[in-house]
Amino acid sequence: MTAVPRPHDHPDAALRTEALEALLLERQLIDPKVVDGLISRYEHDVGPMNGARVIAKAWTDADYRRRLLEDGTAAIGELGYSGPQGEHIEVLENTGAVHNVVVCTLCSCYPWPVLGLPPSWYKDPAYRARIVREPRRLLAEMGLVLDDDVAIRVWDSSSEVRYLVLPERPEGTSDLSEEDLAALVTRDAMVGVARVAPP
Amino acid sequence: MSDLPAELAISGPAAPPRSNGEMVFDAPWESRLFGVTMALVEAERFAWSEFQPRLIAAVRRWEAEHPDGEGYSYYERWAEALESLLDDLGVVAVETIDARALALAARPAGHDHHGHGPGPGAHDGP
Repeated sequence: MTAVPRPHDHPDAALRTEALEALLLERQLIDPKVVDGLISRYEHDVGPMNGARVIAKAWTDADYRRRLLEDGTAAIGELGYSGPQGEHIEVLENTGAVHNVVVCTLCSCYPWPVLGLPPSWYKDPAYRARIVREPRRLLAEMGLVLDDDVAIRVWDSSSEVRYLVLPERPEGTSDLSEEDLAALVTRDAMVGVARVAPP
Repeated sequence: MSDLPAELAISGPAAPPRSNGEMVFDAPWESRLFGVTMALVEAERFAWSEFQPRLIAAVRRWEAEHPDGEGYSYYERWAEALESLLDDLGVVAVETIDARALALAARPAGHDHHGHGPGPGAHDGP
């Protein structure tokens, strides 16, 4: 691996990115329309709503739930969600006894097809280090206080496996439709740093 | 590293994800960099699996050099990883990017507002 020399006065990343894009364009290696389309797709179309639909279906369809926990990638694919960073998604079931939370200690591996791109805090060194070292305390600081008898499992994503947390269905939602349930599910709940709040 | 970044401390449970939830890019250049990288992957200039180990290495290198984690920028590490990969693949040399970026840095102010901003001499001062 080449270590790129980094003089202190080298142009900042914004200028370097602009330079790189211009060079690639001049060499006809990229099409700006394709670049615009990809940004728009990942920023607006691919997002946690996909994951929320997966969770809502698992809450209302026991067979789907079983398939989802057995083979996350295939069950998520049933709903039409697949793509880069979604090749191997494992689904982790939260219960009253076990709480799962996801991190990528190496960089920012994240299940894009169901959650979109990761939020800033997921990529931050503080989250990546502390969720491993002191998950209970960090979760409490993020607003999720877990009882001492709830076991916390921290899952470290890798280039091979991405994780999606299946949160507990909140109380008082037995008469909600799948669509209404999906609207309750947050990205943070699917990473495991929050519960799904009742409506 | 015991302090939470401000964003993390105030985030709490996100709003229900009817749309994409929140901005995932802090600055426009980050989204351009992301889009350019994904366009190169789609065009099969390289595979994501070739890029990712470089991203991990760039993140690790930075963290080893900055044990307090202050001033971290994920997409700066991404830029470093992409530049090193394109350099090794012979697609664009790092020196070429350096030179172009320096040229861009030397642009006069208001360069990107052709015809819309005040013309030369319209600013204050002699």
